[in-house]
Amino acid sequence: MKLRPNAIIGIAGLGLVAIVAIGGVLVSPYQAMETNFLNRFATPSASHWFGTDEYGRDVFTRVAVGSFITLRVSLAAVALAIVAGTVTGAMAAYFGGWLDRAAMLVSDSIMAFPSLLLLLGIMAALGPNEWGVILALAIAYTPPITRVVRSAVIAALAREYVTSSQLIGNGDLTTLFRHVLPNCITPFIVIATSVFTAAVLSEAALSFLGLGVPPPAPSWGSMLADSRNYLGINPWMAIFPGIAITVTLLSINLVGDALRDRFDLRMAGGD
Amino acid sequence: MSSYFLKRLLMLVPTLLLVTIAVFIIMRLVPGDPVSMMLGDIENPELVRQMRAELRLDDPVIIQYLDWLADVVTLNFGVSFVTGEPVIGTMLSRLAVTAQIVTISVLLASCLALVFGTLAAWRANRRADLVISVLAIGSMSVPAFWVGIALIIVFGIKLQWLPTVGYVSPLDNFSESLQFLVLPIMALVVAETGGLLRMVRATTLDVLSKDYITAARARGLSERSVLFRHALPNTLIPTATLVGFTLGSLLGGAAVIESVFTLPGMGRLLVESVYARDYVMVQGVMIFVAIIYVLVNLLVDMLYPVLDPRVRLRA
Repeated sequence: MKLRPNAIIGIAGLGLVAIVAIGGVLVSPYQAMETNFLNRFATPSASHWFGTDEYGRDVFTRVAVGSFITLRVSLAAVALAIVAGTVTGAMAAYFGGWLDRAAMLVSDSIMAFPSLLLLLGIMAALGPNEWGVILALAIAYTPPITRVVRSAVIAALAREYVTSSQLIGNGDLTTLFRHVLPNCITPFIVIATSVFTAAVLSEAALSFLGLGVPPPAPSWGSMLADSRNYLGINPWMAIFPGIAITVTLLSINLVGDALRDRFDLRMAGGD
Repeated sequence: MSSYFLKRLLMLVPTLLLVTIAVFIIMRLVPGDPVSMMLGDIENPELVRQMRAELRLDDPVIIQYLDWLADVVTLNFGVSFVTGEPVIGTMLSRLAVTAQIVTISVLLASCLALVFGTLAAWRANRRADLVISVLAIGSMSVPAFWVGIALIIVFGIKLQWLPTVGYVSPLDNFSESLQFLVLPIMALVVAETGGLLRMVRATTLDVLSKDYITAARARGLSERSVLFRHALPNTLIPTATLVGFTLGSLLGGAAVIESVFTLPGMGRLLVESVYARDYVMVQGVMIFVAIIYVLVNLLVDMLYPVLDPRVRLRA
C-alpha cells in the first residue's frame, strides 16, 4: 500500500507530538509542577525552550506532560465509546424490534444536546476529575458510533454470507461478531478517527473552561486558560499549548483523511 | 407540508421527553443537598424543613419529576438560586448575545465555504485546490478559542486596534458594539469555515461527475454557468444540513469563545452557573438549548423543498 502525502505528514506530526512528549519528560531538567518565582514569565531561551509561566514553571515540560493527559483522556474515552457504540449499534441492527427502537431513542436524546453543552452538564454533576472527563466524553461520543455501526450492519445483513452463517448453525452472536462486523470496518474507521479529533478538542475546551482535568495538572486547555491573564506580559504562554493542540488535531485529521481516501471511495474525491 | 411539520414535531416528543429525564437525572447526581447549597451551611433545622417543603424535595422522585416537567412544558424554568431572577428572562437576554455572534459568523463561514469549496472542486487536484484544502484542514484543526487568544494578542495588545474584553449591546451603541463583536466573529469564522468548505467541496466533486454537468458543458454553457447555475444548487442540501447543525451546536456551545472574550452569552451563562452551583439555571439552560438545537435542525429539514424543488415532504 502506497502512502499518500497526507498520511505521511499526519504520521510525521503524530511522531513529532510523541517525540516532544516522551523527550520532554525524559530530557527536561524541570518538573511540570516545579515553581521558580525568581524566573516568572521568561521568554523562550536555551534553558527554557518555550519560556516559563506565572509561577516560573517550564512551559516546555508542561506541554510535554500535557500531551500525555490529553491523549490518555481522549484515547480512553474513544475506546469506551467504540466498545459501547459497536455493541449497541450491532445488536440494535441485528435484533431490531424494541431493542433497536430503544437504542435509537437513547442515541437521539443524547444527540439532541450540542456536545459541549452535554459535556458541561455531565461535568457539573461529576465535578472536575479525570475519570469524569473520560466518562462524559464517552457518553457524548457513543451515539455517533452506534448510528454508523447500526447502518453498516443493516446493509451487511442483506448479504448472502449472513444467511449461510445462520444456515450452518452458527448462533446469532457468532454470526454478528465473527462475520458481519468485520465487514463493516470501513465506515467504522472513518467515524472513529473523527470522534477522536472531537474528543481531543473537547478535552481541551473543557479544561480551558476549568471543568476538565483539574489544575495544577498541565492540561493544554488549562494552560491556555491561565495564559489569558498574562497575554500582555508573556504571550508565549498562550502560543505553545495552542500549537500543541493544533498540531495534534491536524495530524489526526490528516491520518483520518488518508484512511478515508483509502477505504471510503465516496468521500475520496477527485481521483 | 404543514402536516409533515406537525408529524416531525410529534416525533420529537419522545426524544425531548428523554432529554428532560436525562437532565433531571444529571442534576440529581450532583453531590450535595440543594437546600444546604442555597442556604449555606446554616444550622437551622426549622428553616431547612421549610425550604425542603417549599422545593417539594420530600415528595417521591417521580412526582418531583412530573411537577418539574409540567413547569418546563409551560416554559417556567424556575428562579435562579443566585440572582433570584426568573431563569427564562436571563436565558433570553443571554441568547440574544450568542445569537448575534453565531448567526453572523455561521453566515460568513457558509458564504466563504460555498465560494471556495466550489472553486476547489472545480480546480480539483490543481494548485488552487491544494491551497484551499490545506487551509480548510488547518481551519478544522485549530481550536476557535486559541484563534481568539491569538487575535487578542495581535489586534488587542500589539496593535491596540480593538477592545479585547467586554460587550455593548447594538441597541445601545451600534458602532461601539461592532468593535466588541469583530474579534469573536473572526475567531468563529476561522474555525468553522473548514468543515463546511470540505463538505461543499466533496459534494460539488460528486455533482460535477454527473451526466447533466457533462450535458451542460456539451451544450457549450460557460464554466461559470455550469458551476453556479447547475452544480451549486445541487450542493445546497447537504451543506444546509451541516450549516444547521453548526448553527444549532454553536448556539449552545459557543461557551469557549464567549469566555475568551467575556461576552455575556448563553454558553458562558452555563459555565458561570456550573461554577456558582446554580443548578436551577444549569438545568434550564440545558433543556432550553436542547430544544433550540432540535428545532433549528428541524427548520433546516423544512427548507429542503425550497433548496431543491424535486424534494417533496410527505407526512
